[in-house]
Amino acid sequence: MSQTTTFEQPNTGTWDGGNEPFKVSYGKLMMWFFLLSDAFTFAAFLTTYGLARHRHQAYEGAHDAFTFSTQWWPIPDKVFNAFPGFHGVDWPLAFVALMTMILILSSVTMVLAVEAGHRMDKNDVQKWLLWTILFGSMFLGCQAWEWTHFISGTEEGMKLADGSVIHGANLIVNQYGPPLFADLFFFITGFHGTHVFSGVVLLILIFFNTVNGVYHRRGHYEMVEKVGLYWHFVDLVWVFVFTFFYLV
Amino acid sequence: MASHSHNTDEFAHTGEIPKAQTKIIWKTFFILVAITAVEFAFAFFMDPGTLRNAIFIGLTLFKAFYIVAEFMHLKHETKGLIWAILVPTVLLVWLLVALLVEGTFYGESVFNYFK
Repeated sequence: MSQTTTFEQPNTGTWDGGNEPFKVSYGKLMMWFFLLSDAFTFAAFLTTYGLARHRHQAYEGAHDAFTFSTQWWPIPDKVFNAFPGFHGVDWPLAFVALMTMILILSSVTMVLAVEAGHRMDKNDVQKWLLWTILFGSMFLGCQAWEWTHFISGTEEGMKLADGSVIHGANLIVNQYGPPLFADLFFFITGFHGTHVFSGVVLLILIFFNTVNGVYHRRGHYEMVEKVGLYWHFVDLVWVFVFTFFYLV
Repeated sequence: MASHSHNTDEFAHTGEIPKAQTKIIWKTFFILVAITAVEFAFAFFMDPGTLRNAIFIGLTLFKAFYIVAEFMHLKHETKGLIWAILVPTVLLVWLLVALLVEGTFYGESVFNYFK
C-alpha cells in the first residue's frame, strides 16, 4: 500500500460540513457527547445511593463503638478497613487510598501519552501507553481483591437476633448493614470497574496500533487523544464514587 | 501542554522530535494528590456532619475541575465546546439535587403515611 493513500475529498463549503465551529474533529466531539451521556448514568446511580441512604437511619453513637447492624447505614471507614497481607488489622480507607493514587497516576501517564502523540514521538507514546495499561490493570486487580474481601466478609460477621451469624455480602444479605448498601456497592463500583476494563481494552488496541505505526502513517495520534478523554472520564467518575461512597 | 494545537505537520517529515512539555501535567498531578490527602485528613480528624460533607463535595468539585480542565483539555477548547459540555452538566447537578431533596421528602411522606 502506498504511503499517500488518497481518501475521498472532504467537503469544504460552509453548508456541507466544511465548517468546524468547535475546532475539534467529529470523533472527538462525539466522544465528549458520549461522556456527557455516561455522566447521566452515573448521576442516576449516585441519586439512587443518596435516596437509599436518606431512607435509612444514620448511626448516632460513638465512632469507636460502631457495630454492624441492619438498623443503620454503615460508616464507610468501618467497612473498608482491610489491606492485603494485613489480616485483621484496622487500616481505615488505606486500600482505597492506594487505588485512588493508582488511578490518578494512570491519568497522568495517559496525558503524557497524548502529549507525546502531539510531538509524533512514537516511542514515548508506546512507553506511556504501557504505563497506563499497567496502572489500569493494577486498579482492576485491587478492585477484584476489594470485592473478594467484601463478599467473603470478616470473621466476626454480624449477629442476628436469632443467634445466627452472617459473613460477608451478596445481593440479598450482608454483614455490613442494610441489604441495599451491598447492592449499591456492587452496582456502582461494578459499573465503574466495567468502564475501567473497557478502557484497558481500548488502551491495548491503540497500543498495538501505535506499535504497528498506524497513527504515524496517518499523520496524527488523535485516537490516543480520544481514548485519553475516555480514560480521564473514568478517573473523574472514581473521584465522585470515592467521595460519595467512601468519604461522606 | 502548550503544543496542543494541530501543528504536527511542521515536523512530521523532518524526523526531529521536539522536547516534551510536561511541567503543567505534573503540577496538576501534585494538586490532585494534595487535595486527596486533604480529604483523608478531614476524614480522620473531623467529626462527621453536614459541614464535613460540604467540604468533601467542595474538594471533589475542585478535583473534577482540574481533571476536566487540564487532563481532558477542556479549558483550552473553544468557548462553544466548553459551554456545550458545562451547561448540561450544571443542569444535571440541579436535577440530582432536586431528585434528592424531593425524593427524600416524598419517601418520608409515604413512609409516615403507612406507619
